[in-house]
Amino acid sequence: MFLNQRSPIRNTVAESNLFTRRVIIAFAIVCALISVLLINLYSIQVSMHESYQTRANGNRIKIIPIAPNRGIIFDRNGVIIAENKAVYSLELVAEKISDIEQTVTLISNLITISDDERERFFKIKRATRRFKKVTLKSRLSPAQVAKISVNLHRLSGVTIEARLKRFYPFKESLTHVLGYVGRMTKKELQTIDKNNESANYAATRDFGKQGIEKYYQTMLHGVAGYQEVEVNHRGKVIRVLNQVLPQHGQDLYLNIDVRLQQQAYTALAGRRGSVVATNPTNGAILAMVSSPSYDPNLFVHGISTKEYTKLLSIDKPLINRATQGAYPPASTIKQLMAIAALEEGVISETSSINDPGWFQLPNVVRKFKDHLAWGHGKVDVYRALEKSCDTFFYDVAYRLGIDKISTFMYQFGFGDYTGIDIHEEKPGIMPSRSWKRARHNQAWYTGDTISLGIGQSYWTATPLQLAKATAIVAANGQRFTPQILGASQQEQSLLQIPADDYAPVELKNERHWKIAQTGMWKVVNSVGGTAYRVFKDASYVSAGKTGTAQVISMGEDEKYDASKMKERHRDNAMYVGYAPFDKPQITLAIVIENAGGGGSSAAPIARQLFDTYLTDNNDFKSSRVLAQRSTNQQELNHAQSH
Amino acid sequence: MLSPTKTADGYAAKRTFSQRIHIDIPLLLGLLTLMAFSIAIIYAASGQNDAMIKAQVIRMGISLAAMVIIAQISPSGLRRWSMPLFGLGLGLLVATLLFGHVGKGAQRWLNLGIVNFQTSEAMKVILPIVVAHFITTYALPPKLRHVIIGFIIVIIPTLLIAKQPDLGTSILVASSGVFALFLAGMSWRIIGSLIVSLSAFAPVLWFFLMRDYQRQRVMTFLNPESDPLGSGYHIIQSKIAIGSGGLSGKGWLNGTQSQLEFLPERHTDFIFSVFSEEFGLFGICTLLAVYLFIIARGLYIASQAQEPFSRVLAGAITLTFFVYLFVNIGMVSGLLPVVGVPLPLISYGGTSMLTLMIGFGIVMAIHTHRRVNK
Repeated sequence: MFLNQRSPIRNTVAESNLFTRRVIIAFAIVCALISVLLINLYSIQVSMHESYQTRANGNRIKIIPIAPNRGIIFDRNGVIIAENKAVYSLELVAEKISDIEQTVTLISNLITISDDERERFFKIKRATRRFKKVTLKSRLSPAQVAKISVNLHRLSGVTIEARLKRFYPFKESLTHVLGYVGRMTKKELQTIDKNNESANYAATRDFGKQGIEKYYQTMLHGVAGYQEVEVNHRGKVIRVLNQVLPQHGQDLYLNIDVRLQQQAYTALAGRRGSVVATNPTNGAILAMVSSPSYDPNLFVHGISTKEYTKLLSIDKPLINRATQGAYPPASTIKQLMAIAALEEGVISETSSINDPGWFQLPNVVRKFKDHLAWGHGKVDVYRALEKSCDTFFYDVAYRLGIDKISTFMYQFGFGDYTGIDIHEEKPGIMPSRSWKRARHNQAWYTGDTISLGIGQSYWTATPLQLAKATAIVAANGQRFTPQILGASQQEQSLLQIPADDYAPVELKNERHWKIAQTGMWKVVNSVGGTAYRVFKDASYVSAGKTGTAQVISMGEDEKYDASKMKERHRDNAMYVGYAPFDKPQITLAIVIENAGGGGSSAAPIARQLFDTYLTDNNDFKSSRVLAQRSTNQQELNHAQSH
Repeated sequence: MLSPTKTADGYAAKRTFSQRIHIDIPLLLGLLTLMAFSIAIIYAASGQNDAMIKAQVIRMGISLAAMVIIAQISPSGLRRWSMPLFGLGLGLLVATLLFGHVGKGAQRWLNLGIVNFQTSEAMKVILPIVVAHFITTYALPPKLRHVIIGFIIVIIPTLLIAKQPDLGTSILVASSGVFALFLAGMSWRIIGSLIVSLSAFAPVLWFFLMRDYQRQRVMTFLNPESDPLGSGYHIIQSKIAIGSGGLSGKGWLNGTQSQLEFLPERHTDFIFSVFSEEFGLFGICTLLAVYLFIIARGLYIASQAQEPFSRVLAGAITLTFFVYLFVNIGMVSGLLPVVGVPLPLISYGGTSMLTLMIGFGIVMAIHTHRRVNK
């Protein structure tokens, strides 16, 4: 039986007993080790059960945020000026596709895929987390959507995604009011993080970049919803456990009248310039145009370098001239100088000077010339405004002195932000002694003061500031922060959002408003007024003031192209005005760069806009629309509360 | 002992029915219970995949058939063939190292015509036979030099397998040999000095013999949370599965970790985690009771065997079965590093099941090929 048995004498009983002992020891060890396993399993399954249970749920339950739909923007008459449109894009999940090159080729047989798109797709794919969708082609046409859709069964891992994208139907004409939305940047994300808003923005792709879209980003955005879903290890959704729908952003009603806006844009006809229309009784901005402009829709889908380079042209379409273009106000502030002089008693309603065609400081040779070389002769304050007499205001400025001028003008908002509800704004310059010291490190010379009288020298103002200052005169000192937003559509009700008003400008003698207003009336209505011919057959009575500014650059950082120097050295045409004269409803400020005389170039635009706004009786109609909406809403609320 | 069974003609047989067919009924029942568990859990772990169940049932059939066939061979017959088998086994291991097919980064498979043959599996069966044969050739307890030779017999195939590299199998092969030596009565002094020298060997193993991925596994074992998405992912997900099962489990087919596929290798090495998640600690106790019953039965059979060779062999096979169990459960519950040992007779796959069932065939042969009159 045994092979190679060398020791025939074996104690089989002893061997058997030895084995039994060993087996018992082994079995004891087995039992001990199984106990160790059980103790460990007990600690995992019973003592630490809660923690592992939580982690198991954490594995399987994912919160998928749902982006709210951005609020729609309407003009004051309920015309949609910014909306959300479905845009289709072709997206691939690389991990679900066996041969990605082949699939892309297959798709490019159906619809054209440019080399650029192909290249970009593979570049983004490499940098994308696994099982995330990567866009191959965006903005599919309906025909392309159809072509891909019927072939989807052959293309696993390929989906057509519909996303709502911002669309601006009025394109260029409203750009500087609305701004635009674009893909969120890292910096914006950081700001969101800092404000503890990251959960709310988890699914949001676009962010307001400029204008109203930026200023009212929070209102327009809404509140994100979420889905609580069960997912498998690959992140594939198995079922929805719970869902909270997002609250779409508030719809905004702007004070802008889109017809007025478009008319103003058309009237500028691509010239460099700006038109601002406000309601002097409530600060509402009725129109705000900056020309040249650009199509904001370009930015929504990401602008190409080529397109963007075009926007960097010398005409600077990106700048909002209405709020960022700082122009010398020129003669458009003469009525304000008149009020200041009347208030300080340096002139009276009846006092006059003799204008020889120039003004001279005592003991100084240099002459400050009037625009009329032979002078206006005997000039009182009314005539000075009507004819825009420079000499009269040289004298006024000289007698007022810099300190009184700047202090007075601050009340009308010069040299300061107007507080309009967009972020793109410059304060302009209202010069003063301390300003010149800080800016140029020079003392103020009396010579500097003289040209302030005709709104030149260091003085610059934006068209919006001019509109605001004019509105204050028209409204006898009432002051409002200019505001684009008119109302917001909450869940149930329409909420009117009036502009802030603050303490009116108080004059020692209220009649001084009337004097300035009458002066402006004469500009338009008195034969020989600088804007008389433009308005002579108007069906309403308006008041205004022309301006013709000697050109200084609109921005201090602007570099002039030498070859264009001549054209750009022409005067800026300006006009401010309001109508109707007895009960003002609209104030205008118009600047057209290098267009020549204000009376001949800018005033006609004012005429057009007044015609439209007043003869169509737009304001009353539109306020009725808004009022009607709010009553309807109130009735609805009322009905619901019962 | 089995109670005597009546044969069909009604006479009390000299040999019981089970002895005639060379099958130990209690052991068979234990094994069949495990297989029933296996089918239920694989069904859950595979996401209700009928094809996998079918394949596994076929493998079970083949393994049972192999067990029955092996059980017909008497222990003395096995013993006669032990040395040639050992030679063949070693030859296959060397051949695998030289010409083997690389699968999963390790050379474990030898392509023999149409069958891929995992050569180290054969050694799991052969080595305990050889060691038992060698050590019981001499009077027991074995002398030091016999123990040393015994260890050499163990170490050669162990190193060949470790070189493939297949840490799990080499541990199982080595333990089957070492158990044979232990059961043969190797003195405690040798055992003591062996433990000491093994701990001294650990650094050598770490620095010279282990591959990077093996070292990584050990590091992960020590702190799985250090690399939760990389090599620690398996063990973390496994513990989450086990822990979230709690006392009574989430119910069959309701384990989120397994059904939603967070748990990797859930129908093979990590099937115990699926079981724990769905059946809880109560289920585990039941499963361990079945295992313990099989081990107890195996050790009982060993202690009842008449020749030292049979005793040692049956004991070694049974204890090796326990090592499977212990290493697998230990690794999925974070007690041991992940070494790639399946849960015996439960994990999906045929190779280890076939080896194990051949082993149990040998155990049954030992129990049923006894001389009736002692």
